[in-house]
Amino acid sequence: MITFMNNSDSEEEPCNERTSLMSAESPPVPSYQDGLQASEAGGAQAHRKRRTGGSRSPNNIADGDMSNSGVPVRETTSENEEEELTLKYGAKHVIMLFVPVTLCMIVVVATIKSVRFYTEKNGQLIYTPFSEDTPSVGQRLLNSVLNTIIMISVIVVMTVFLVLLYKYRCYKFIHGWLILSSLMLLFLFTYIYLGEVLKTYNVAMDYPTLFLVIWNFGAVGMICIHWKGPLQLQQAYLIMISALMALVFIKYLPEWSAWVILGAISIYDLMAVLCPKGPLRMLVETAQERNEPIFPALIYSSAMMWTVGMAKPDTAARGPTQQMQDAAEDGRDNHRSPLCTDSQRSEMRNPGPTRPITSFEEVEEEERGVKLGLGDFIFYSVLVGKAAATASGDWNTTLACFVAILIGLCLTLLLLAVFKKALPALPISITFGLVFYFSTDNLVRPFMDTLASHQLYI
Amino acid sequence: MGAAVFFGLAGIAFGPALALVLFTVAAEPLRVIVLVLHRGLGGVHRGLGVAFFWLVSLLLASLVWFVSVQLSDREDARLQHGLLLFGAAVSVLLQEAFRFAYFKLLKKADEGLATISEDGRSPISLQQMAYVSGLSFGIISGVFSVINILADSIGPGIVGIHGDSPYYFITSAFLTMALVLLHTFWGVIFFDACQNRRYWCLGLVVASHLLTSGLTFLNPWYEASLVPIFIITLCTGLWAFITAGGSF
Repeated sequence: MITFMNNSDSEEEPCNERTSLMSAESPPVPSYQDGLQASEAGGAQAHRKRRTGGSRSPNNIADGDMSNSGVPVRETTSENEEEELTLKYGAKHVIMLFVPVTLCMIVVVATIKSVRFYTEKNGQLIYTPFSEDTPSVGQRLLNSVLNTIIMISVIVVMTVFLVLLYKYRCYKFIHGWLILSSLMLLFLFTYIYLGEVLKTYNVAMDYPTLFLVIWNFGAVGMICIHWKGPLQLQQAYLIMISALMALVFIKYLPEWSAWVILGAISIYDLMAVLCPKGPLRMLVETAQERNEPIFPALIYSSAMMWTVGMAKPDTAARGPTQQMQDAAEDGRDNHRSPLCTDSQRSEMRNPGPTRPITSFEEVEEEERGVKLGLGDFIFYSVLVGKAAATASGDWNTTLACFVAILIGLCLTLLLLAVFKKALPALPISITFGLVFYFSTDNLVRPFMDTLASHQLYI
Repeated sequence: MGAAVFFGLAGIAFGPALALVLFTVAAEPLRVIVLVLHRGLGGVHRGLGVAFFWLVSLLLASLVWFVSVQLSDREDARLQHGLLLFGAAVSVLLQEAFRFAYFKLLKKADEGLATISEDGRSPISLQQMAYVSGLSFGIISGVFSVINILADSIGPGIVGIHGDSPYYFITSAFLTMALVLLHTFWGVIFFDACQNRRYWCLGLVVASHLLTSGLTFLNPWYEASLVPIFIITLCTGLWAFITAGGSF
């Protein structure tokens, strides 16, 4: 499709980075409380490096935490308190991530079930050139594997390209790239989506109204995502663009290729985040070394730090930067959405180094959130959406995949709390999701259907 | 048919469960997080965990049934009906087995949490765990049984046009409600029985589950299936109330 050929580059950019979960703990900054630092330094560094979903706030947050819990104390108990805080916030973080992931999946499933456009076959992306309309099963399988290889290589190349750009500080390029991608998502895809929804419900809308609606939606979205905005509005926009991206994937990826791609991408995510030379790991480490947030347009942050009653004015200046940085870090894996947080990062960097790391006592409360890459959102929604689209009109399969993905996310967050480093969020959830999809569709569905036809309950 | 029937059925089937969740479990994670410092999992997470366990048990039971059907003669209707009965019985036994497995898992996790807690006590009582796990079992079981029926009730159609009972929808909704409540009660009784090693209680819970499932085989003779099932629900509810320490 011509329109996609030109735009797909930006579409694919987001696919470069895998989402990973980053822990919320920010690496402790060597400053202020030596005792705490010593114990935290190890953890903090680890946290920083890991890009996974936790919301990793920059040092300041770590310091803030330290000051909150550690001021009265005690190096002996500091580790206990750290663990307490970790576990205490761990459960809260899980809930903070369940809600957006669930919302994204609900939006995708609702659209798939009602708007027929997204289940019609209308061609394929150029990244999956092999058609699946082949007479034999073997040929179809071969085509889907080839499609997967091409797609994953494109993603790998884009990710490596992005990491190189980041490493050599080509922030303007990355910024422009992310802005272009988010422009396309917020305007073009929203326009198509709105058009299809209006067609489905047979509602007429004139062009001036349409222009006004799309213009406002897109402009506010660009501002919220790339600059400043209320946290919840930013989260809502990130959820919406993840859902739109997932819908595009569901529509344009052929059946078998989609499943093989899901499997391959979780393996890639695992390697990219955990291997020492993995692109995503290098991205996170570089961001941590430079003490910058990762592209805000690519990460969903569940919370941000606010500094209440700061004593020093520069800490107040740090406050908003922290938020942006958190947002950026959230983008971790997600290059899937080519939003540019890099530019934000560059802006944030400037006031960064000048902040003093003192005066944390004044911090009233710190919210350490968890960060999840937008790519994770997208691929979770692709799995559930495909289950809803292709599972013989059956809701059991969709529900089973939904539960499986949430359980996988829960386990990943538990691992995050234990290991305190960036972790890939895709492998466990996608594995559970795939296993449950195929087994529910082929085994459970006939059983439940037969039981229901006789009105039997188990 | 249509939206009215859909909302009515959904309300009947999930009304009590939703009320229980809203008033007890949903408020819990925050309360627990405030009160307890060393919590790895809150009420919502446990609910999801047990739903996962139920799904796995259903998967295994479906596998058993599927394999047995593949190996048997498809044409013989009586044999198929018998296999269905067998599949349902296997499913019930597996559900109870997974409930037991979940009990063991919770005990271990809770002991671990209690040891690192400051006062040596576990953050959540066994009865609360039993209640949450029973409720989640019930909700996931009810949802899986009735969601397709609910989805069909929105669309056009005539119930029972081929000679089946026209009360299919409403009896399904009532059966689902009874099942959700039953699972909650069974959860409470089961965990208490495991904790205090009263194995006859365990046997009675499994037997009543089998009995309930078996009674549904009498559908569409609803007087013989619905009424006894509701009587069983009431009795089990009273039993769970007494087990949990309630008195009149």
